[in-house]
Amino acid sequence: MSSAVEKQISILGHKDFKSDYKPVWCAGCGDFGVLNALTKAMAALELQPENVAMIAGIGCSSRIPAYTSVYGFHGVHGRALPLAAGLAISRPDLTVIATGGDGDGFSIGGNHFLHACRRNVDMTYLVMDNTVYGMTKGQASPTTECDWTGSKLSPQGTGQPPLQPLEIALAAGAPYIARAFSNSPNDLARTMAEALSFRGFSFVQILSPCITFRPDQLGWKKRVHAGFEATDNRAAAFAALADDDGFTTGTLYRAPRPCHASARAEETTVQAIQDQFGVKT
Amino acid sequence: MSSDSLSLALIGSGGAGVMTAGQTLLDAAAACGLYGLMTRATGPQIRGGEAAAILRLSSEPVECQDDRLDVLLAIDWNKAERFADELILDANSRIIADPGQGQAPEWVRTSGARVLDVPLSELVKNHRGTRANTIAVGLLSHWIGLDNARTENTVRGILESKGARLVDAAIAGLQLGFSQARELPELPQTLPAAGAARERWLISGNEAVGLGALRAGVRFCAAYPITPSTEIQEWLAVHLPAVGGTLVQAEDELASINMCLGASFGGVPAITATSGPGFSLMVEALGLASQAEIPMVVVDVMRGGPSTGIPTRSEQADLNIAIHGAHGDAPRLVLAPNSIGDCVSTTEWAVHLAEALQTPAVVLSDQRLGQGRAAIPSPPPARWQAQRKLTTDTGESFRRFADSSDGISPMSLPGMAGGEYTATGLSHMASGRPSASGSDHRRQLDKRRRKLQAFDFGKQWADIEGDGDTAVLTWGSTTLAAREAVTRLRAKGQSVRLVSIRLLSPLDTGALEEALAPVKRLLIVEQSHGGQFHRYLRSLIDLPAHTRVLARPGPLNIGPGEIARAIQSLCLEEAA
Ligand SMILES: Cc1ncc(C[n+]2csc(CCOP(=O)(O)OP(=O)(O)O)c2C)c(N)n1
Ligand code: SF4
Repeated sequence: MSSAVEKQISILGHKDFKSDYKPVWCAGCGDFGVLNALTKAMAALELQPENVAMIAGIGCSSRIPAYTSVYGFHGVHGRALPLAAGLAISRPDLTVIATGGDGDGFSIGGNHFLHACRRNVDMTYLVMDNTVYGMTKGQASPTTECDWTGSKLSPQGTGQPPLQPLEIALAAGAPYIARAFSNSPNDLARTMAEALSFRGFSFVQILSPCITFRPDQLGWKKRVHAGFEATDNRAAAFAALADDDGFTTGTLYRAPRPCHASARAEETTVQAIQDQFGVKT
Repeated sequence: MSSDSLSLALIGSGGAGVMTAGQTLLDAAAACGLYGLMTRATGPQIRGGEAAAILRLSSEPVECQDDRLDVLLAIDWNKAERFADELILDANSRIIADPGQGQAPEWVRTSGARVLDVPLSELVKNHRGTRANTIAVGLLSHWIGLDNARTENTVRGILESKGARLVDAAIAGLQLGFSQARELPELPQTLPAAGAARERWLISGNEAVGLGALRAGVRFCAAYPITPSTEIQEWLAVHLPAVGGTLVQAEDELASINMCLGASFGGVPAITATSGPGFSLMVEALGLASQAEIPMVVVDVMRGGPSTGIPTRSEQADLNIAIHGAHGDAPRLVLAPNSIGDCVSTTEWAVHLAEALQTPAVVLSDQRLGQGRAAIPSPPPARWQAQRKLTTDTGESFRRFADSSDGISPMSLPGMAGGEYTATGLSHMASGRPSASGSDHRRQLDKRRRKLQAFDFGKQWADIEGDGDTAVLTWGSTTLAAREAVTRLRAKGQSVRLVSIRLLSPLDTGALEEALAPVKRLLIVEQSHGGQFHRYLRSLIDLPAHTRVLARPGPLNIGPGEIARAIQSLCLEEAA
């Protein structure tokens, strides 16, 4: 994103993209930063609210559609991606954004994540990763460190290595992959605007602290650092991830490939199709 | 009707081509001006198991199998003992078997049917390129009295695109069959003469569902393959794009139904097709569709259950989950076609109702209908269209879930400026804003229930035929055998009323009570072990004191003779 966008961000009223709903999030939740950056990105791209649809599953983060003034669908846990894909495929005129948390996206919705990366429908997936289930009061998520003992459900820690969303996205074929931090508003808005403008499936992992169940994440500010250089070379992207500490931000990979397209067929009428059933004597 | 029709079955190992042969014979019979039906019976395995194509041909429309067979042709006897309790033979039946395939199973030997030898495997060996199933088609076609030239034309038509060599080999096979048939003694039962030339269709229930969806305006389908529903998806995969629609092969059923909700939220009428296990996975999203008032249609082509059950055979035991599945109070429409032709209209109607009422609709078809293929009178022209009530009043005052006397709230679609709202599975207020308030919750529950209660569903909630104080009450595919049972009794001078319910939920209890008012004796017929239909009816209305239930799990067909006997003993019981 150019500095022109940055200028526009300051000029256009991103408040037009906000609804009058007051978020239910805890004061200090990282998701506020995501909401702000997203409305800025939409304003910067001069999108019309009626032509944008935000689709979410269930979780604190998944509440975000209602806090914007665009069309929204707050579905069931884990199913934001297929909902969004159905809409994006049948309404290619819209800007479709799927959003949610790490539990929603990588646990219950894990299978859809793999297939969304492969399928490459033209839409954007924003995951607010706080490495915890916020809404159900602090259980480990797939991205939680193996020795985190803060949950009553896994008092000894999960004992499992955290899932690596960027590696998985890359392996599964996502053509656009980035990481951002909710506490770096301009970088985040820039990354989002880039993801939204990308033609194809764009995935942004947003580190978004849960200050209530993971107050230790306040320390993320010090750990986050820019570093990814956008590449269209898979080997280079994998190499970058091999050196990643989980806090590197930027666009990791950007390699446009053909989007999922509706099958084409010779046009006909329902009547002509129906006539095929007539018995020929 | 039994005497006006001819019943045949072809059996053999899966892969022996009995389905192709059966289908070819049905097509040839249709080309000769007959009506007919072919149902499939196979084991769960794809190849190597047992397979039967069961046909019934008649000069009048027929859509259920008879109680017995006139002809059984066995290409081989592999696992044929599994058909002992459904392919019923008697002294008037004729068996064609290849002596090279060993002895017929006991059930065949003890039936009293006459076995006629035809050395199919030897013929194939001596005539390179021919196949036993094509010879069988030629043989049966000639023996039962179809026109050889029309049968040849039918085969040519089917194989045309596959090249001259294949066509030539098939014609050679047919002719071998014709000449074998000339050597056989005459059949005791002759083929009824073809009726007057009327417009007819050759179609399967699964294709009919696809066509109904297309006719009503469905332009999106997402689905995951599952027997016996896959043909709906396959048919739509070809024909949706041709009318500007889209089919997505989803990663699973959770994705399928949610993709449909996404498309429908965007204003594109959507359908998914599945069977029992897949339907179970869709139930959570069905509740979402109900709560968020997003129309869509789920077709459940029922198979034997629970769990993976019997994938290739029919049952009617998904009624409970279709009506009640999903937590909370989640009203939806549940419809059931009661013939192959009716699969077209009922699907159409389901799309129409779902869209009009912004409510999910479930269409309960089953394996017998879905994979059954028939030559039928052509169904009526399209009558039901997807017509969604859209708002004209976007802006400050637009409230997506505004209440009204009919409970239907005009909807906005993405792209309509001023209509922006967030659909949600959470309880909400009229604006769509989530709310945990008891009164908001109740108001919206009331509204959603009222939508269904206030709507005038008209007369097609059921098919009601005949009169009298004895009645048969049924739904879905079992209607076909019940209808024939009633026809047979009527021919003997007994009047019996048939009530086949098409709109199972919401049930028009007033109309049903009216239909049953003169009824003293009632027989309920359904293909489920637990009597799900009977229990459901009892939960909503008082049934006549003298009510009996003929309920049996799949896959064994409930035949017309059995239903007729049950009706007669019902009448005797009371007399006693
Ligand atoms: C089928 C189902 N299972 C479980 C839940 C309970 N549930 C709600 S949100 C949630 C986890 C949310 O975590 P995450 O996606 O990381 O979002 P966050 O709240 O942290 O933003 C769970 C398990 C549910 N709503 N539905
Ligand atoms: S619980 Fe955590 S994730 Fe949820 S709103 Fe509070 S801070 Fe945010």
